[in-house]
Parts: sequence; C-alpha cells; structure tokens
Amino acid sequence: MHTVGLDVGSIMTKAVLLSDDAWQSVVMPTGYSPREAGEQAFERLLRECGLTRGDIDVIVGTGYGRVALSFIDKAVTEITCHARGAHYLVEGTDMVIDIGGQDSKVILTDGAGNVTNFIMNDKCAAGTGRFLQVMANALGCDVSELADLARGAEPAQISSMCTVFAESEVISLLAQGVGKDRIIAGIHRSVATRVAAMAERLGQGNRITFTGGVAKNEGVRECLVRELGLAIITVPESHLAGALGAALIARGKAKITPAPPCRTSNIGE
Amino acid sequence: MRPFTMNVVQDMREQNVLALEHAKRDNRKVVGMYCAFAPQELALAAGAIPVSLCGTRHEPIAAAEKTLPRNLCPLIKSSFGFAITDTCPYFRLSDFIVAETTCDGKKKMFEILREYKPIHMMHLPQGTDRPAAVTWWLKELKILKERLEENLGVEITRQNLRGAIKLCNRERLVMKRLHEMNRLDPAPLAGLDMLTAIWMKGFNVDKEDGINQINQLIGEIEEIAASGQSPFRPGTPRVLLTGCPVGIGSEKVVRLVEECGGAVVCFESCSGIKTMENLVDEDEEKDPLEAIAECYLKIPCSVMTPNPGRFELLGRLISDYQVDGVIDLTWQACHTYIIEDVNVRNYIKDNFGISSIQLETDYSNSDLEQLKTRISAFIEMISGQ
Repeated sequence: MHTVGLDVGSIMTKAVLLSDDAWQSVVMPTGYSPREAGEQAFERLLRECGLTRGDIDVIVGTGYGRVALSFIDKAVTEITCHARGAHYLVEGTDMVIDIGGQDSKVILTDGAGNVTNFIMNDKCAAGTGRFLQVMANALGCDVSELADLARGAEPAQISSMCTVFAESEVISLLAQGVGKDRIIAGIHRSVATRVAAMAERLGQGNRITFTGGVAKNEGVRECLVRELGLAIITVPESHLAGALGAALIARGKAKITPAPPCRTSNIGE
Repeated sequence: MRPFTMNVVQDMREQNVLALEHAKRDNRKVVGMYCAFAPQELALAAGAIPVSLCGTRHEPIAAAEKTLPRNLCPLIKSSFGFAITDTCPYFRLSDFIVAETTCDGKKKMFEILREYKPIHMMHLPQGTDRPAAVTWWLKELKILKERLEENLGVEITRQNLRGAIKLCNRERLVMKRLHEMNRLDPAPLAGLDMLTAIWMKGFNVDKEDGINQINQLIGEIEEIAASGQSPFRPGTPRVLLTGCPVGIGSEKVVRLVEECGGAVVCFESCSGIKTMENLVDEDEEKDPLEAIAECYLKIPCSVMTPNPGRFELLGRLISDYQVDGVIDLTWQACHTYIIEDVNVRNYIKDNFGISSIQLETDYSNSDLEQLKTRISAFIEMISGQ
C-alpha cells in the first residue's frame, strides 16, 4: 500500500510517500502559491518514486496550505500530524516541540502518537522560523548558517520578542560593535525562551522530540535544553515529521472509508 | 434540517428597530442596557422597554480607538464605537442607560460615554461571599429605582415590579427550555442558530412576542428531534463554550467549531445559560427588590472574586450536555476571564477528565486561519483521531 502525506508549510513544502515500512520524501520552497507547491511536490515525489497517481491509496494534506489542496482525500492539522510523525521517528515521544516557519507549538501526547493537549503561539512571528529568517537577513547571512556562526558564543541580551522590534535591537547591537556570533546566540536564546515558556505552561515531557524546520538549528536546540533542563531529541528527518505523520494517518484512513469533508455553516450575519 | 422559525428569528433585529421607533412615537421610554447584571425588571416596572445595546461587531472599533486605548477588550471598544458613531439604533433610541462597575475597562469607558446619554452607574460588589454584598446590591437597586423614576417621570410600584418579575422569569424559563433542547445527542439545533436565537432575545421590544416566538421554535425543534434529524452527523464531538460574551458579529469561534466538524451544544457565557439558570423569587411575602437583588447577584461572572458559581455551573453543564470538550473563549485584554481560565481549565481536567482549550482573540478576522488550525486540532483531539 502507498500513502502520501503533504505538508504545505509557510516556507517549505514537504511530501512523503509511505510504502509499507519504507518512505521517501521531497522538500521544496512553498513560494507564493501553496496550491501549486503542493501539486508540484506531489508530482515530483511520484516521479522520483516511479509511481503514478493511481498507485496512491490515500493522500492526507497538512500545514497551513492544506486548505488550498483540492486533490487530497483529507486535511488534518499539523498538530495531529506532528504528534504522529514524531512518535514514528522517535518511539515513545510524549512531548513534541515543533517550530516551523510561522508557528511554534508544543504538543503533549499519550506516548503512542495521539495528542492529549497542545499550545500554539498566537498570530505573531516571535519564536518561529520566520523570526530567525528576518534576523539572518539583518545579519547578512543565511538561516542555515546561524548555528555554526554562533557556536560557543556568549549570548547577547535581546529583550524584544516582537520580530520587528528585535530586528531594530539587532541593528543597534551591531552598531555598538557586539560580535555577530554573540548576537546570533542571543537570537537563539530568545526563540528558546519563548518556546520553553509555552512548554512549561503545558506540563512536563519525559521524552521530548523537537520537530519542524527550526529543529535543524543546533543552537536553538541547545538553548532549549538549557531553558528546560531536559534532554531534547532531534533526528535528521525532524523537518519531515508533519508530512510523515500525514502519510501515517492516510494509512490509517485507507482501512476505513474516508470521512466526508467539513460541513459549512450558512447562517447569515 | 433547519427550523423555519429560525428565518424569522434571524430577521427580528431590523423589525425590532422599527417596533422600537413606533413605541417611541407612542411615548414609550427605552432603557438601554449593556450587561446581564442590569435588572430588566426595574425598567419594565417603570413602563419602559429594556433593550440590549450593540457591542458585538468589529466595524466600530477603529472609531473607538481614536479615544480609547488599543489594548482594551473588543467588547468595550465595540460598545463605545457603536455609541459614538451613532450606528446602534438601540443606543440612539434609549432615553436612559444603565451601566455597571463590572470590569475596570467598562467603568472608565462609561465615564466618557456620559457625554452622549444619561447614564446611571450601578456599583457591583467585588464578590458575593461577604455578608454585606446583597445588602449593598439591594441599596444599589434602590438608587437605580429612584434614578429611573426621576428620569422617566414615573413611579415604580411593588405591583408593577411583581408583574415584571413574573414576565422575566417566564422569558428565562422559555430560553432555558430552548437551550436545553441541545442536551439531545445529536443536537437538533446548530450552535450558530442557538446563539442567534438567544442573542436576539435582548433586542425584543415585546417580551410576550419573544416568548411566543421561542415557544414556536421549540415546537419545531421537537418535531425535528422526534423525526431523528439533526444538522450534525452522529458522533460529532460536543463542545461547551464558556468565557467572554459572544453575539452575532463576534460569533467567529462558534462558526469555526461547526465548520471544522464540531457542534457547540452549550453556551455557558452571559448570552447563554448563565443568565437563564436563576429565577427571581416570586414569593408575595418577599420584598420584590430584594428578590431581584438576590437573583442577579448569583450571576457567576469572572468580575466576582471568588467566583465559585461558574465552576459549579460548568460542572453541571458538562454532565447534562454530555460534553466532549470545553472551549474557554477570552477576548484580548479581558483580564478577569483570561486569568480565571487557569483555574477553570484545571478544574475541568481534575474533575471531568475532558479536554479544554483557551482561545484568546478579538472581533477581527486577522487570525481566522490560526484559529482554524487550533480549533481543528482540538476537534481532532477530542474525537480521538
């Protein structure tokens, strides 16, 4: 059986094909059209795996762009998908910290991939991948270089949580001659502080898995460990947890008839 | 299947404005009220028409922010904005306005609103667990009675008060009966329709007409339920909504829950069952004002400290309505509800083992997608997906 999970995030689109115990993935930028990105990632995945649409039993979409996809069988939120995917990647995970492009979330699970509680940042970019991206731009480097650039540096104090204010703060730190490495370390700490507060509000995890694109940043992970005083696991596929979770949910759906789509209410103003 | 009466109920607002204009032409007085603590019986006993005032829409907020701080709850900003831009016909037609010292934001806003209409401010006690609380509130009712008499040029008699008490009790009972229709599983009435019907009650010019209409609606819902119909699929997760007041214009969370596969079967908030639960004592031996004071002070609003009534009520509703999850909706900058959320959700978790979520938002549509993700994930979680 083949199922596909498509995670259309605000920055990157991830597609995973799950065939029995093997899985393959495709990652590409979302760009301005979540619908096109979803379709292209799906087509590319099929091509790379030598399959056609007809070979796929169920497709589940997730991520903020899930609502834009017309060819999927079901849309499931990234919260449910990350919980499932994280459990698959790191068995026994009971807390997932997911930091993506525009959201950060902390999810508590029952240790078997099912959500029992969650918390999500509000509509602000503080503590998200976007925050890191804006700061990287201000510092003239790529977001993927941040962790290396900050290695071993004493974090500079960055007090603003707001992305816009933090950017001005970074610019004034640069003007004061504070080293780039210390500024980046400060940025990492800022993201970690914000997300650690969310985690502490939710409860305690014993096996914490860090997922989403930002999990690739070792600097943020180290700061989270320091803030929470707990071990945090990441795996090289952490950014694929959402798409993988979607493919796993799709596999579950294949055995039962897919539920009809959401009812739309029609009450006027 | 949607009850036909809902079409009528939905359009009542415009008709009510016309009815109110006619009543004004016939020299009837209108008393505007913002909050559930305002005792309608006194306005009725004064021969006036009590009406709710607008405050549940986003549109007038920009105008309000020219005067009020941005970091204030949308309900206060919307109420103020409607009033100063003359876009709430009920405010325009009001001869007198009853306000209360519920939260700090409201009481200071009312000080500014005084420029536009005669407003009387009732002082609420901080809580109900002090021996003097009811006595204090009774004194406040006496002051309000005098102010109404002065301003409307009438005398409020005990006999009129008793009549008003009976009428308002009948309205509470019929609204409660309507609300309790959704104890059935699956619920026979969509949450959005329920909200429309209970919210509209506040704008009724003639309470008797309103009671008849709700009775008609109940009759229709009974038929729908008897034939086994429901707007929801069997197994739809049942949600209780608690927290800040919600009305039409600020119904986005209710709408999203039902679009994402849930059913809002119980409204604990001010517009909902919270204000239908308690009746005013009709005992002829009792002083009617005292009976009114006792009843209104039982409203379990988060401005009260402590506020045990809300927990007791929530517990009862969770069981009676077989709820799968609770949403605590708090408007941004509504300190009392936002802070009380911590205790509310711990209470639910410890005593009922069901999931709950706090949603903090305002009246705008700027966070619709974010809310949708949270609400969908919550529905997925409580339906065990």
